[in-house]
Amino acid sequence: MMKKIAITASGLTMRFGSLMAVDNVDLEIEKGSIYGFLGPNGSGKSTTIRMLCGLLTPSSGSATVMGMDTKKDSESLKQKIGYMTQRFSLYEDLSVKENLQFISEIYAVPRKQRKPRVAQLLESFSLTDRAKQRSGTLSGGQKQRLALAAATLHKPEILLLDEPTSAVDPQNRRDFWEALFELAEQGTTILVSTHYMDEAARCHKLAILDEGVKVADGSPRQLGESISSHVVEIEADDPNRARLCLLGSEDISSVTQLGIKLRIMIPKTISDPLQLVNSKLQPENIEAKTEQVFPDLEDIFVSLTQQRREELDT
Amino acid sequence: MKSLIRIFAVMRKEFLQMSRDRLTFGMIVGIPLIQLLMFGYAINTDVRNLSAAYVDESDTHISREFIADITASQVIVMKQRVASVLELEHLLNDGAISIGIAIPDDFDRRVLERDRQVAQLLVDGADPIIAGVAQQLSAMPVRFDSQARPPQEAALLEVRNYYNPERRTAVNIVPGLVGVILTMTMVLFTAVAIVREKERGNLELLINTPIKTPELMLGKIFPYILIGLIQLALILGLGWYFFQVPIHGSLIHVLAAASVFIAANLSLGLLISTVAATQFQAMQMTFFILLPSILISGFMFPFDGMPAAAQNIAEFLPLTHFNRLIRGIVLRGADITSMLDELLALAIFTAVALTLAILRFSKRLD
Repeated sequence: MMKKIAITASGLTMRFGSLMAVDNVDLEIEKGSIYGFLGPNGSGKSTTIRMLCGLLTPSSGSATVMGMDTKKDSESLKQKIGYMTQRFSLYEDLSVKENLQFISEIYAVPRKQRKPRVAQLLESFSLTDRAKQRSGTLSGGQKQRLALAAATLHKPEILLLDEPTSAVDPQNRRDFWEALFELAEQGTTILVSTHYMDEAARCHKLAILDEGVKVADGSPRQLGESISSHVVEIEADDPNRARLCLLGSEDISSVTQLGIKLRIMIPKTISDPLQLVNSKLQPENIEAKTEQVFPDLEDIFVSLTQQRREELDT
Repeated sequence: MKSLIRIFAVMRKEFLQMSRDRLTFGMIVGIPLIQLLMFGYAINTDVRNLSAAYVDESDTHISREFIADITASQVIVMKQRVASVLELEHLLNDGAISIGIAIPDDFDRRVLERDRQVAQLLVDGADPIIAGVAQQLSAMPVRFDSQARPPQEAALLEVRNYYNPERRTAVNIVPGLVGVILTMTMVLFTAVAIVREKERGNLELLINTPIKTPELMLGKIFPYILIGLIQLALILGLGWYFFQVPIHGSLIHVLAAASVFIAANLSLGLLISTVAATQFQAMQMTFFILLPSILISGFMFPFDGMPAAAQNIAEFLPLTHFNRLIRGIVLRGADITSMLDELLALAIFTAVALTLAILRFSKRLD
């Protein structure tokens, strides 16, 4: 079965003067999936999303969203896209309900459907008891729910969310992601940018961006398999000594401490990473439990960006 | 149909925001009220009560009567008597007085013989209006002359003052103020209208919706036309109440002229709005328009007195045309159909500014 593609981009590039904000990015995003952009601040996530909305004209390259060119068809595309800006961009001096009413009129929702649609959104985003409150006085989580409600009001086929959870507490983030999965199940394609690893891990697929370059893409599983390092977790009585002992080794590319645990990355050229670690620790008489684990996104991210830096250096 | 829904959506939103922004709401009523009272009472070209001092070197009953007469005219207020002309010059120099009167010791003889001027006026001529007053004073008849003389020659021309027989400045100022206040508030309101949304981030959301630029612009303009007309009613009403400024022409004509003028200013404001990046810049640009509007539109100084170059520039200011319209209708009871060219100029200005604003506004961020 052919997979249906919602968004494609080829060679998407954005230059701001001498700064390469987005550098030759190719994308292919399936319909009905949640696709993540993972990257630090300034890695080109927002710029890419804005180009896909048709808000910015790419310096070179092109993108199609639902079969429409983002440059030529940007106006008709707007009916199909729901966009949630990084910063809260609804009117803070209007109430929750007034904001949604305004958006429903701007999208020219037929008169009879406007009220029920707004009421339905208030209900499903648990904003009914806030309906009359000025949106400027809402909490971070409430603001973000309102913004998502506004972005989905016209039932767009594509949702572009630019760091939607940056000002939201963990409980609200979970609820928010639940809402996203619900939308994806109904067939909405969702593109979401984030710098939270746990959020990225929930995406069907993701692209890792670094300094405007797409370093890798695929499902979290695929990405974990693709990196060129083993990951070993060590539980030592004296993690600090263990860390110092391991840091000197050439075969160990990074050591990260997580409480009493150490996380170690070892290039895949080493066939038995556990043995290597034990051979380092035993001479120093350090008691430790070692275990090889599947790389998490942080490992993937660190490994890939490190790899890229090394390639750039040579 | 969809366009209408969207235009109404923007209008409704503007009204809601306006009603919640106390400062804007206060400006709508406060600016006309304060400026009308301030300028209505303050601006007065019929000068009175200038500070003056005198030196009387003859000190006779005729000279004292002369001083009393001049004081009685109320044009000057005699502050003090000094001993010498030198002191008088000092006072003038220090800005303590605007006019000094020097009476020479042979004053009586000069009055009787009338072979030369009887006394001297020292005038702060830096201000042309004060110099003009000095002219008035110098023409004062010397009534205390006891000698029998042939009756004074009658003036060459008789003046008949139309439209403002009492020569009250407020009669001229108040209709002009309508234009100045509307320029100030209307341009400013719309100039910040789009920039504010840019600054608050609302625009990034808005340009991602199917709203079209003309819909957004029209939705922003219509609410303020209504606000402008409220201000118009306020100024003319208060002008009539406080300064007895009559409205000789038809109210419908006033309304028509004001509507077109308001539209012109709002379009100009929107144009500024598409150029400025911050509200502060928008405000600076507004004042760049406002100052020439006040000074060379004919509001302050008669249009005909300006050099041709200034007149040509003034023709590009909406206030110039509106001043002619509103003064014509309100003061002379003129029919608007006799000034269609002024109305046309305003309409063209509106069309050009609005088109430029729509063309300049981009639904993209780059």
